[in-house]
Amino acid sequence: LSPPSQRSRAHDTSTELQPMPTSPAMDVSLFSSPMSEVDASSPLMYGTPSSRVEGTPRSGIRGTPARQRADLGSVRKAPQVDMHSEPVSENAVAGSEQGAGQRLVIWGTDVNVGTCKEKFQRFLQQFTDPSSREEENAGLDLNEPLYMQKLDEISVVGEPVLNVNCSHIQTFDADLYRQLICYPQEVIPTFDMAVNELFFDRFPDSVLEHQIQVRPYSALKTRNMRALNPEDIDQLITISGMVIRTSQLIPEMQEAFFRCQVCAFNTRVEVDRGRIAEPAVCRNCNTTHSMALMHNRSAFSDKQMIKLQESPEDMPAGQTPHTTVVYAHNDLVDKVQPGDRINITGTTCSSSKLWSRHTACLLFSSGIYRAAPMRLNPRQSQVKSVYKTHIDAIHFRKTDEKRLHGLDEDGEQKLFTKERVAVLKELAAKPDVYERLSSALAPSIYEHEDIKKGILLQLFGGTRKDFTQTGRGNFRAEVNILLCGDPGTSKSQLLQYVYNLVPRGQYTSGKGSSAVGLTAYVMKDPETRQLVLQTGALVLSDNGICCIDEFDKMSDSTRSVLHEVMEQQTLSIAKAGIICQLNARTSVLAAANPVESQWNPKKTTIENIQLPHTLLSRFDLIFLMLDPQDEAYDRRLAHHLVSLYYQSEEQIEEEHLDMAVLKDYIAFARTSVHPRLSEEASQALIEAYVDMRKIGSGRGMVSAYPRQLESLIRLAEAHAKVRFSSKVESIDVEEAKRLHREALKQSATDPRTGFVDISILTTGMSATARKRKEEVAQALKKLIQSKGKTPAMKYQQLFDDLRGQSEAAITKDMFDEALRALADEDYLTVTGKTVRLL
Amino acid sequence: MPTVHDWISDPLGVVEGLFAQSNTCPDWEKKVVEYFKEKLKPNDAHTWVPSLNDVPLHYLKPNSLVKFRCMVQDMFDPEFFMGVYETNDPTLDSKVKCGKYKDITEGGQVDFNSRNTVTSERQTFYCVPIPGESQWNSYAGTSQARVVPSTSYVPNRHKRSYEEDDEMDTQPQQMKGIKNDLQSHGNIEPKRQETEAPSHDSSPSHCTSSLDLNFPLPGEKGPACLVKVYEDWDGFKLNDMLEVFGILSVDPALSVIADEREASSLLHPTEGMETVEEQRVHSPPASLVPRLHMLYAQPLVHNNPLLPSNLSSVLGELASIRAELLTYLTHVLLGDSLAAEYLILHLISNVYSRRDVLPLGKFTLNLSGCPHSSPYTEHLYKVIQQLVPSSYRLCMSLHNMNNQRMVPRKDYTANRLVSGTLQLANNTSLFLDETQLEQGQLDATGVRNITALGNLITWQKVDYDFNYHQMEFSCNINVLITSEGRSLLPSDCQVHLRPTLNPPNLEEYLSAVQVAQVPSQLNKYRIYLSVARALNYTISDEITKAVEEDFVEMRKDDPQSMSAEDLHRLLVVARLLSLSNGQNTLSRDGWMKAKQLEALRMSRTQQQKCVNGNEP
Repeated sequence: LSPPSQRSRAHDTSTELQPMPTSPAMDVSLFSSPMSEVDASSPLMYGTPSSRVEGTPRSGIRGTPARQRADLGSVRKAPQVDMHSEPVSENAVAGSEQGAGQRLVIWGTDVNVGTCKEKFQRFLQQFTDPSSREEENAGLDLNEPLYMQKLDEISVVGEPVLNVNCSHIQTFDADLYRQLICYPQEVIPTFDMAVNELFFDRFPDSVLEHQIQVRPYSALKTRNMRALNPEDIDQLITISGMVIRTSQLIPEMQEAFFRCQVCAFNTRVEVDRGRIAEPAVCRNCNTTHSMALMHNRSAFSDKQMIKLQESPEDMPAGQTPHTTVVYAHNDLVDKVQPGDRINITGTTCSSSKLWSRHTACLLFSSGIYRAAPMRLNPRQSQVKSVYKTHIDAIHFRKTDEKRLHGLDEDGEQKLFTKERVAVLKELAAKPDVYERLSSALAPSIYEHEDIKKGILLQLFGGTRKDFTQTGRGNFRAEVNILLCGDPGTSKSQLLQYVYNLVPRGQYTSGKGSSAVGLTAYVMKDPETRQLVLQTGALVLSDNGICCIDEFDKMSDSTRSVLHEVMEQQTLSIAKAGIICQLNARTSVLAAANPVESQWNPKKTTIENIQLPHTLLSRFDLIFLMLDPQDEAYDRRLAHHLVSLYYQSEEQIEEEHLDMAVLKDYIAFARTSVHPRLSEEASQALIEAYVDMRKIGSGRGMVSAYPRQLESLIRLAEAHAKVRFSSKVESIDVEEAKRLHREALKQSATDPRTGFVDISILTTGMSATARKRKEEVAQALKKLIQSKGKTPAMKYQQLFDDLRGQSEAAITKDMFDEALRALADEDYLTVTGKTVRLL
Repeated sequence: MPTVHDWISDPLGVVEGLFAQSNTCPDWEKKVVEYFKEKLKPNDAHTWVPSLNDVPLHYLKPNSLVKFRCMVQDMFDPEFFMGVYETNDPTLDSKVKCGKYKDITEGGQVDFNSRNTVTSERQTFYCVPIPGESQWNSYAGTSQARVVPSTSYVPNRHKRSYEEDDEMDTQPQQMKGIKNDLQSHGNIEPKRQETEAPSHDSSPSHCTSSLDLNFPLPGEKGPACLVKVYEDWDGFKLNDMLEVFGILSVDPALSVIADEREASSLLHPTEGMETVEEQRVHSPPASLVPRLHMLYAQPLVHNNPLLPSNLSSVLGELASIRAELLTYLTHVLLGDSLAAEYLILHLISNVYSRRDVLPLGKFTLNLSGCPHSSPYTEHLYKVIQQLVPSSYRLCMSLHNMNNQRMVPRKDYTANRLVSGTLQLANNTSLFLDETQLEQGQLDATGVRNITALGNLITWQKVDYDFNYHQMEFSCNINVLITSEGRSLLPSDCQVHLRPTLNPPNLEEYLSAVQVAQVPSQLNKYRIYLSVARALNYTISDEITKAVEEDFVEMRKDDPQSMSAEDLHRLLVVARLLSLSNGQNTLSRDGWMKAKQLEALRMSRTQQQKCVNGNEP
């Protein structure tokens, strides 16, 4: 009944009638005969292989149906094109005897089914990974055999899929690992058999939907898409990329069902490499051309095409990304979605890693395909000599899956080679590493050492802390920096540099961006008519840096969005029926120009850039980039610029190297260093904070707020990260203090008194200014009172009188302000040019 | 006329010969490449090879060696092909065949199970002629090309004249004429008309029935080509200018396959995934988009065919040619010699290096004060077009800004990079005509386009739109902006045009100025511009010191007048000024001259500000 399609690729000597490696697919056909009495046209029977098994589920290995593994492909059952260049002995059918004893191997490979199975069972029973940090293993006893626990889990949960980390196999048995990588098509079914035997030995009464399938992942032969080459064909590979397109679900015929129109004789034909050999003659009644295909009795499996594109980080400059076609089968269908839809949580690309096998089918001219018995093609000798390649997915893992819940450090971790880590550690051990790195930052921009140091600390960021349990929520770890200053002081250039340096950076200009562009907007997908959330710059730079140029030109509504982002690190959306809170754990690096095109040293920062103080207080560091205008500086600047233009090629080369090192250094520190405050450092921080409060208290003003303390902690942590130190020590606090003071000195100096006054940033007005305002108002009140009972006065007259009376110069603005203050007290009103008392 | 060369007319024969000799040792591939490199080495050897740029496709012999001067517009995915395969045709002796440099297997059924099969990898580039190539450039190209030996083709008679491109009205008739000539060539000609790029203004849907050949600039014509690269494809970059020597493959079977596949795609499991659009793009009919199997490619530093291989002969004359060019440009710029000076500097500017994000050497010029009403800018562009190898005039009209696709965009349905106006090869002159801009509203596209232009000018990069992310491609484009007032786009340097001549009829005057230049004179200018741009430049320690001193001194007098940015510009001006005079180091004299020039320009800008009141 079943066609003789078992082209014995496998020859096993064991007498036991166990399924052959390729047999899971064949089992299905064995089940087919008892069903012929069912009405063939019944729509109920349209089904997947597993649904065709009638009767109550039975337990045990024989009772549980084997599910066809479309990912391993029945497509390739016929003789393989020998992709491997290694010569294979000609006595192909029987296992060739190699070496001593009864070593029978699968044709074309060196896999002995028995040994392989035994090895894998041993692996499952014995492998432990005490140092495991994988999320999936949470809750498992790490000292017990890992995979046996997983089998227990399967028996409880009933999901018959066993994910196996290939690196585990490698550490356990390198040879088995090699076989798995090289001959996945043969080895994985063997694994399947092994695991099922083991499972049903342990849980003979267990009921599963189908037999357990092994899904290996994380093959160490992880490949960049660009590195795939013909040698990888038919091997197990792991590549990462970004899903750009998925097709609709395609029912793929696995087995065709034919019925004779004359005698109702049924027969089944397996699909062989996408082709169905239609029986020309009915074997029962010998009528020719009487067999008709019954669609609803044929077996189909789900399949989906996924287009994968290289992740942008992997690409060399100046080239376009490559794409690869991936087929997902059965339950892997619809596991991934094209790019942004997955991404409501907030990354620009949903990079999915997938572990799978790279296979190649020949692309024939369709002439050849049609040349199947049905029709002859005149040009059948010509074949387009190109292979079509695709990858059959065995296992997907979304790298950004966990971002929904928290930070996924694991997924983002760039794989550093041991040598690279050694280089980085060596660099970190140098005493002047902080200076070195800050000078490597944007070398084309001259001086501004402290600003570069600030940005460097921003790149490293603080340590993330979670106070959700105490109700505080997440504690911001990102450092926000504002640069303000004269136009043409290379602020934009600095921003561009940072944007190019960090992997998840966004660059926008305040002038051109709307609140919507920064946050997220809802749009209708043209294909599905569904509403989808499109994320903006702030969400996209989650875990990165959002560079905002021309911050001052931003509209108020846009700026108001930043309030939430810059302190709570989230973004709430309530639009078109979509209500959600997105993560926006982004550092903001902003640049603002003074309102009067030139920085006015006589005014405070707030007055110069006209930004609301509520926003300014959310910046940890505010730097002024001014033209210093002194001779020595000019000379050095000129030298720097001239050499910038005429440096030789080699020097440029050297600096490029620096940038790569810097990138890796930051990436490594961000992922693997998590400094904590030491006792000594916390004392130092407390002292620093108390000192800061003290400074002001002498003059009756507050000079530090808890926000400043938080900033100090962040900066100190970042500095510890620069040193690759797991503890924040007092030197870190010292530097944090120094930098913070420097920034304050620049931005929060009261131009009238020359003192640092934090209230400029926190309340928008310096304490002295506020005092002065009150004084003027009081003087004005006195003046009016002294005039006696005049109900109305001329505005100009009053102004002149006040000026004559006061010893300090009083401007019109101040006068207006005083009037307003008195009006607020309901003492007077101003109408046009007259002032009336109430 | 050269004799018939086997290696030109039958390169595959050569390949096969070497393959047979080599006895499948892996070395034979290198030998093939070396053989052709050797053959192309003699000075004029490459001129014997017919060029796809100049000779219509149907005159070229299939499977012959051709060359193609092109720009890499898109890179497709690498493909695996049968490098060596075996056929089971019993009549042949040698069953093992070489599949390299071919699209289609030949001779009998292929034995897929043969152990001799070798799978190899190759990469496909989609190449288009260099966008915006000037007429004179193409003329010059043909004048050197010889008659194709293997066909009856005579270039003078049938060359698709580029003049036609200008005279769009008369074109259909001429096309018809050509078509009549070619009746015997079957139905190739009607299809040829499709090779005109549809203008980008039209709707974004590009999957119309006619094939969009994806030229960066609207209204471009010419052959597009799928270049199959066998070696070192990682060395090529997008937008590279190449001269490709390769084997032309126009096998009609390729097209048939493409057609048939559409019908059968449902049945075929491995192809059902390719959308119709994708097939159309990746395997267009070979008669429209020929395949070129690359044997050897030469990256082009410039695309000026006039440039002699030996530069030293020109170097001596540079100064004198410069003087003549200056006079000419002064006339064109209505007697404004300062603007002419700056225009020369602009024309020879070149991004010679990048320091982290900062491009060095760019010199975007904003020529303000251009008369609005008259078609002056159009004439100015024509003059520039006459001088540079490739150029494009972008009218910044509201319609254009809102509708033109400037930034290339990845189309995932068709899996290709849809080109935009800003996908230009290095050293293309981009002429932005802001006088065409009127009041009105820019929509989202318009704002994006303006941002893209701003980025292009400031950072010399274009962020290609890959839907899920953007990708940065650095470029090297000379941008010249003509405007009435100060341009809304950033620029390195603004010169306000101050005409000293006021001819009664501007148009007549300008054409007279242009006609007065004899072609040989124009050629001298062209060579001059290309040579000056390519010169090396250094600066001695002594001068460095002097410049530093000078800067400090200037800052002392008035810190406001001399910022770091001004020094940046001054250094670029000094560099370009020296180069334009054929000097490759900066002299004290050159520095002073640059300062003078800048001072003159600044004073003019200041005055202009006073006239216009408070212009920002």
